[in-house]
Formats: sequence, C-alpha cells, structure tokens
Amino acid sequence: MNAASVSMYISETWATIYMTLISSAVSYLIGIPLGVILVVTDKDGIHPCGWLHAILGTIINIFRSIPFLILLVMVLPITKFLVHTTLGPKAIIPPLIIASAPYIGRMVESSLKEVNAGVIEAAKSMGASNWQIICKVLLPEAKPSLLVGAAICITTILSYSAMAGFVGGGGLGAIALNYGYYRYQTDIMLIAVAVLVILVQLIQEIWMWLARTTDKRAR
Amino acid sequence: MAKGDNIIRIVNMGKTFETSSGPVMALDDINLDIKEGSIQGIIGLSGAGKSTLVRCINYLEIPTSGEVQFEGRSLGSMTDREIRSIRRNMGMIFQQFNLLDQRNLLRNVTFPLEIAGEDKKKAKARAHELLEMVGLADREKNYPSQLSGGQKQRVAIARALATNPKILLCDEATSALDPKTTNQILDLLKKINEELGVTIIVITHQMSVVEAICDEVAIIDHSHIVESGPVSEIFSNPRSEIGRRLILGDGDAYADTPITFGDSKNEKIRIVFDGHNAHEPIISDMILQCKTPVNILFANTHEVDGMAVGQMVVELPEAEEEAALLKKYLKSKNIDFSEVE
Repeated sequence: MNAASVSMYISETWATIYMTLISSAVSYLIGIPLGVILVVTDKDGIHPCGWLHAILGTIINIFRSIPFLILLVMVLPITKFLVHTTLGPKAIIPPLIIASAPYIGRMVESSLKEVNAGVIEAAKSMGASNWQIICKVLLPEAKPSLLVGAAICITTILSYSAMAGFVGGGGLGAIALNYGYYRYQTDIMLIAVAVLVILVQLIQEIWMWLARTTDKRAR
Repeated sequence: MAKGDNIIRIVNMGKTFETSSGPVMALDDINLDIKEGSIQGIIGLSGAGKSTLVRCINYLEIPTSGEVQFEGRSLGSMTDREIRSIRRNMGMIFQQFNLLDQRNLLRNVTFPLEIAGEDKKKAKARAHELLEMVGLADREKNYPSQLSGGQKQRVAIARALATNPKILLCDEATSALDPKTTNQILDLLKKINEELGVTIIVITHQMSVVEAICDEVAIIDHSHIVESGPVSEIFSNPRSEIGRRLILGDGDAYADTPITFGDSKNEKIRIVFDGHNAHEPIISDMILQCKTPVNILFANTHEVDGMAVGQMVVELPEAEEEAALLKKYLKSKNIDFSEVE
C-alpha cells in the first residue's frame, strides 16, 4: 500500500467519524426531546395528551419507514438549503439527522419507559413538577439504558453514513463503493470494510463500558 | 393547630375511575377525620380501595366527588402549585420503597429538598441528620442496590421526612418486609410520631401492623369505610363482618369457612375478651368455682394498646344445670358471651 492510499484511508476514516459524530450529536438533540414528549404525553404519562402523542408517533413512523437511500435523495433540496452543497461528507449530515432523530426518539422513549412508575409517583408525592420529574428522575434514572441505546444508534448512524458514497458523500463507504464495486478492487474495499468493523466495535465497547460503569444498580 | 384537632378531614369523598370497560368505583362516600399527632390505620383486603384512599389524601388521585381538607383548607380549591407545596407537608413511603437507584443515599434524602429549591448545604446537613436518625449515617455514600429491604425503607422514611412534613403517609410500607424488619420499621414510625409529632397514616392489610402502632383505625371494604374508631374499641368489638374477619380470624383464614367444633351436641359459647378481663384468670376461676370442666375448642388473642383482646370458644358440659351454672357465673362477672351454632 503506498503513501497516497494510506492518506486516503486516514482522511476518509476521519470523514466517516466526522459525519457520524456530528449527525449523532444533532440527532440526539432532537431525539431526546422527542422521546421525552412521547413518554410524557402517553396515556399513563405525567402529562397525558392523546392527540400530540398520536401525531408525533405517526410522523416518527413515517420517517422510519422510508428507506435511507430514498430519503437521501428525497431531502436533497433541504440539504442544499441547509449546507449549500449536495456533495461531500457535509451533504450527508442533514439526511442522516432526518433519518436518525425519529429512530433515536423511539430508543429514548423505550429507555424512559423502563423507569419504575413508583419512583415517579414518589417524586410527585414530594411535590415535584413535571419538568423536575423529567430532569431529575426520568433522564438520570434511565441513564444506563440511554447509553446502551446510544451504542446501537451511533453504530447504526455509522453504517448509514457508508451509503453516502452513492451521492458522492465521501467516507469509508465511498471508498468501498468506488474502488470495490465500480472498479473491482476488492482488496481496497475489504480494508475499508475492516476499518468500519473496527470503528463499530470501538463505539459499541466504549458505550457499553460507559453504561456499565455509570449504572449504580447492580454492584 | 393543636394536637387532637383534625389535620385531615375527608368529607363524602368518592373516586370513580373511567376505564375502557366503563366506570369503576374505587371509593364511595368516604368520611374520615384524622387527628393531628395520631397514628391512623386504614385496613382492608386488597382491592378494597385503601391505596386509592391514601392517594386522594395527597391528591395523587383526584377525588371525583366530595372533598379532602388539610388543616381546614380544601385541596380541591387549590392550584397545581399549591397542591405541590401541600405535598411537601405530607411525606409518603411505599411498599416498594421507590428510591432513586442512580443516586446515593445522601442524594436520595436531599432529593425532596432539591425539588423544594432548598440551599444545597442546608439540604446536605438535614440529610445527614435524618440518616443518622434512621441509623444509616455511615452508609450515605452507598447506593440503594447495596441495601436490604429494611434499610431501603429507612432511607425512604428519612427522605419522606426531609421537608419536615406534618403527615407521613405509609402505603403498605411493611408488606415487602419480613416480620423482624417489619417490627423495626414500626418502632421507627412510632418513634417519629412520638418525638417529632408527625401524624402518621398507615395503609395496610396486616392486622398486626394496626395492633402494633395505631391509635385509630378505619376498616375499608368494597369502596366503603365500614367502621372506624379507636383501635381498642374496634378490636374488642368489631361490628362489621369484614372487621370480624380481619380481627378475630387471623387475616381471612377463618373467614368463609365456619369453624366446626366436632360433632358434639353440647352447647358451645363464644367468650369475648374486650381487654379489661383478659388479665384475670376467668376460665380457670370459672372451672374452680363451678367445679365443672369445660372443653376449650378455640382461642385467639391479640395485644392492643397493652390490653389483651380476643375470643375463646368453649364447649359446655352435657348436663343442662351445669351449663346454666357456668353461664350464670360469666354473667355475674360481666363477661360477654354468645352461643355458637
């Protein structure tokens, strides 16, 4: 392997990490409030609101049913408007966020639902407001489960980012696609895939370790 | 407000839940006054409505009719914000403890103070004090998962008292604990009542809990309070059927099955001890005086407020004059008895 291809791997690996981290961060900024609203407005939530719950649930389901590759193309105008380009790693970030925020919303919802209803009732009996219950009970008590969910979400976003190659998005997926698929250079493709595998492993292990060490339940 | 005044008044209160299969009545026409400084028991079988009743007192459940008054003010007329501040005057503990698993003991106890916007340093000092009171001062850095059930309930009690409440609501607080731990928790509640003057409302299905600590008791069955009053009175002479089941029969062990005392044709009587006569050797005196033996078929006593109450079923001798003599003796001693089929 020559110096040129090494630097290509480094820069494209960086592009993949960049796309994944930025998309994950922004998706979580949207996904956490989504998940919280879903749980809070549920019929046995702390502020039941049937119509909001139903509308939000439906929107989330619609976005989650669109295959990512199709969504990528569908949101091109939005991408252009937001980042002023439809090429490169930057261009993949808006569709990644649009695809993963609803998914994360559902993950957050299921984590928050694991919080014991009795603990929420106890907080209410102490005079906690709904906002205090969300910030001081729901989110902190669900933290280990949220971290496990994050491991799944971030690795999913990473694998989605590989599809960026199809729209000239760059990253490891683009290497695999351009060299392996279009030019039959299987070795280059395999190395790109191997780096992706290592990245997924790393993220998964780091987040599971975080979840384990911050969980105060089983000691 | 002086000790002995009603701190809580429940007036004609009802609660109906709307469910998909139609309305379900959980409570109906509940009237109960709870005296400041007392320990009020509310006992009933599961499903009787007692958990809903205690949740109506701090408005975790909102009654659908009637009203609940705290220190003379109706909770129904209050805003959400006022209700929340009233709740700081009513601590609550639960069967499943409901501690925050991700917080250590100290931060569990400071939690209600944090919610109330209390100064952090003050909250910490108060939490130290409370953990010391419940005997867990050396474990404040531990997490709930490292504690036994009894210890968790102690932390829950410390937490419930953090805001200096006037009332402590206990919802089946000892039902998940073994008998020894139950007694320790009950002793702690009694101490809190005596030393801090906190009014305690105890919801339970265990008669032994009411016996051990309550001054007053209300028996609840099928959404209604069937009888209420001082524990010694209710225990010595339960009027309702459910009361007799709970008090005279242990739990519901004798509830539906009438006890059959052999197939003897001899007359049997049930002697009731109301607490004033149980210390006298009535039965042995009776036998010695009348020079007639009786056959004890069943006996059950409880200790209430330091007095023994209970009942005993004895079989009288076959000879009618001897039986009459024994009954005359009991009457002369002012002892309640009734004939048993």
